[in-house]
Amino acid sequence: MNPSGTVPTDLLANYDPGGFFDELFGGPGSPSEHTSAIRGRLSSFDFADLQRRAKDAERELYNLGITFLVYSDQDAVDRILPFDVIPRVISAREWAAVEAGVVQRVTALNMFLHDIYHDQKILKDGVIPADLVLGNHNFRPQMIGLDVPFNTYVHIMGVDLVRDGQGIFRVLEDNARVPSGVSYVVENRHMMMRAFPDLVSDIGIRPVDNYGVKLLEAMSEVAPADIQDPQVVLLSPGSYNSAYFEHIFLAREMGVPLVEGRDLVVKDDRVYMKTTNGLARVDSIYRRIDDAFLDPLAFRPDSQLGVPGIMEAYRKGNVTLANAIGTGVADDKAVYCYVPRMIKYYLDQDAIIPNVETNICREPDGLSYTLDHLHELVVKPVGEAGGYGITIGPRATKAELDDCRAKLLADPSNYISQPMIPLSVCPTLVEDGIEPRHVDLRPFAITGRNTWVLPGGLSRVALRKGTLIVNSSQGGGSKDTWVLE
Amino acid sequence: MARYMERAENLARILDVHETFSRDTRGAKNWMSIIQLNADEKRFAARYDSATAQNVVNFYVLDTQNPTSIVSAIRSARENARTLRPLISTEMWTQINVFYNRLLALGPSDIAPHNLTRLCNMVKEACQAHTGITEGTFYRDQGWYFYQLGKYLERADQTTRLLDIKYHTLLPFSDDVGSALDVSQWNAVLRSAAGYHAFRRVYPRGMTPAAVAGFMLYNESFPRSVTTCVRQIDGLLVRLKSRYILKGGSVAMERIDEIQAALHSRPVEDVIKGGLHEYLDWLQLHLNTVTQEISKAFFGAVPAEAMAEQ
Repeated sequence: MNPSGTVPTDLLANYDPGGFFDELFGGPGSPSEHTSAIRGRLSSFDFADLQRRAKDAERELYNLGITFLVYSDQDAVDRILPFDVIPRVISAREWAAVEAGVVQRVTALNMFLHDIYHDQKILKDGVIPADLVLGNHNFRPQMIGLDVPFNTYVHIMGVDLVRDGQGIFRVLEDNARVPSGVSYVVENRHMMMRAFPDLVSDIGIRPVDNYGVKLLEAMSEVAPADIQDPQVVLLSPGSYNSAYFEHIFLAREMGVPLVEGRDLVVKDDRVYMKTTNGLARVDSIYRRIDDAFLDPLAFRPDSQLGVPGIMEAYRKGNVTLANAIGTGVADDKAVYCYVPRMIKYYLDQDAIIPNVETNICREPDGLSYTLDHLHELVVKPVGEAGGYGITIGPRATKAELDDCRAKLLADPSNYISQPMIPLSVCPTLVEDGIEPRHVDLRPFAITGRNTWVLPGGLSRVALRKGTLIVNSSQGGGSKDTWVLE
Repeated sequence: MARYMERAENLARILDVHETFSRDTRGAKNWMSIIQLNADEKRFAARYDSATAQNVVNFYVLDTQNPTSIVSAIRSARENARTLRPLISTEMWTQINVFYNRLLALGPSDIAPHNLTRLCNMVKEACQAHTGITEGTFYRDQGWYFYQLGKYLERADQTTRLLDIKYHTLLPFSDDVGSALDVSQWNAVLRSAAGYHAFRRVYPRGMTPAAVAGFMLYNESFPRSVTTCVRQIDGLLVRLKSRYILKGGSVAMERIDEIQAALHSRPVEDVIKGGLHEYLDWLQLHLNTVTQEISKAFFGAVPAEAMAEQ
């Protein structure tokens, strides 16, 4: 309701994407055809009704326990990922390109991982600097020479995409270790079907609820070769992990036991789970625990979450871990810059989804371009995580830019630079109407023998006006993502 | 989980009954007996000055620092349910989750005397809804058997405690035997176990301490009698072992046999003569051993409290 207390008859009448590419309306001068039916239905909603349904939906998410844990001083509190009821819609044609691009990227990353843990041709050919890979703290020497079924290392991959001012999808980041968020994709859809049957009906939305079936299929495919009916389990750090809901969700969707480290034992280099009737063999493990905590004998000796001896069982080929050990080197920020060249090198193709244009400062051209355009670029150190040490050129002071320049000159190979991306927006329900908010997209790919991409993915939305940060810790929420048939 | 739900339901019933029926000659209520029932004397004294109605009710309903309060029991049930979420039904989880949040939202006015019955009813009904949802939705695998085992072990234990403490507090007033006050006290005992009308059906005319104790210990049809609970535990263990061809659990079954033998061999008058308290003590000890043996046999050497997880 607007301040005067009247209800606008057309909810989207005054909507203005503010010059950004819009997920429902398209770009300036190129209105989206595929969303016209959905826009029509949305416009005719009563605002109070929309607000009420949104509130009910969030309460239901909370009651159902579709939550993550946030730790405060004393207590662990359940929080829902704020849910926006206005869907983000992707046309069949757009999706075909995203899907092909994700498959291509996963394929190249798997070939890359196989290569660096075997012949290291890509390093010998000088396509990627060897020290970037071999000196990376996520490179696991234990994996050298080890063969994994179908040469699949990254069984579950999440690719963070953004859409720029022209509506072109670009890869912002790869998640090749333990990507999370897929449970929200499925639950958001269920929520929309319950709360908005009138919006969903007859639109022709590709379903997302066979993710668990696909995952189990892949997990069974990659089990050690001699096993007929492999026992798959999901290994969780436990109920105090913030993503525990997702672990339950996935175990349930796959119909497999959810176990913690203490439920598993290794005997004679084989992995077993404890049951009420003694030990039972385990063949394939979807682990939601980082490499470092997986086996106190092989990695961090202080880990309470892991299974002593599991790495040796893995090396002997008696159990499959998904994702494989040592995939962290593939989603490293510095390695990211080289993924398009990786795709060219292994597949002799151009990247279907481009990276965000990145200048690699260890290369002379990249460095000089960065130095010349410092005031319009975002400069990121490659070794740091969590946004640490980033200089945002357009918002930096003269002194900060000078400081940045000095650091770049002193140690260029520690830096990359990227232009500021004007992230696309999507109509979003706010306090007093519908306004544009920035969104990103994380599609999920499952790889066993082949790669399958879940149609859609997690659309995260920056609920605070003007902000580009979609992370849940920074006031981000999520939307249902519709891929049209 | 089942144990905590059972505990909360019993506690709500006891508080409600106490408020309504349990008065001494001056019309005052002896709230201390509830504290004794739960063996919480020390814990209570550490946090409150006196056993006033307000203090005791607060201690047992809202006090999150008291592990035996209703809110703590449901929090524990919810924590168990969280761990067991892959095994229990979504509807079970949702109901516990909503129930817990309702309890957290309660304030001092909700436990004021005139609201206490309403509150106790809410808790009882939520626990009973849990039982119904579980019956209707919980997949019948091993987890179901362990859930039921936990429930009946807790229920049997609660009945022995209720009997023990009431019998104890009533003994000093043996002069009153047969008086109106005495009858109302036994009345309260039966109502605390939801057994008043069932008892009346069996004993339409009289109400003697021995009859009440006998009913709560031995009645074959009363769902909260020790005999009924132990018979259920026995049956559950037998079916669990045969259906899933489980190797462990023989020791637990032997202990159950011993309890059953003890329950069948002595008429209640003998038991009372020989000391009801000692007899109940023995029962509690043996029930606890059964819990531990089940944990050891099927879950490795976990502490007794871990059975509550089922």
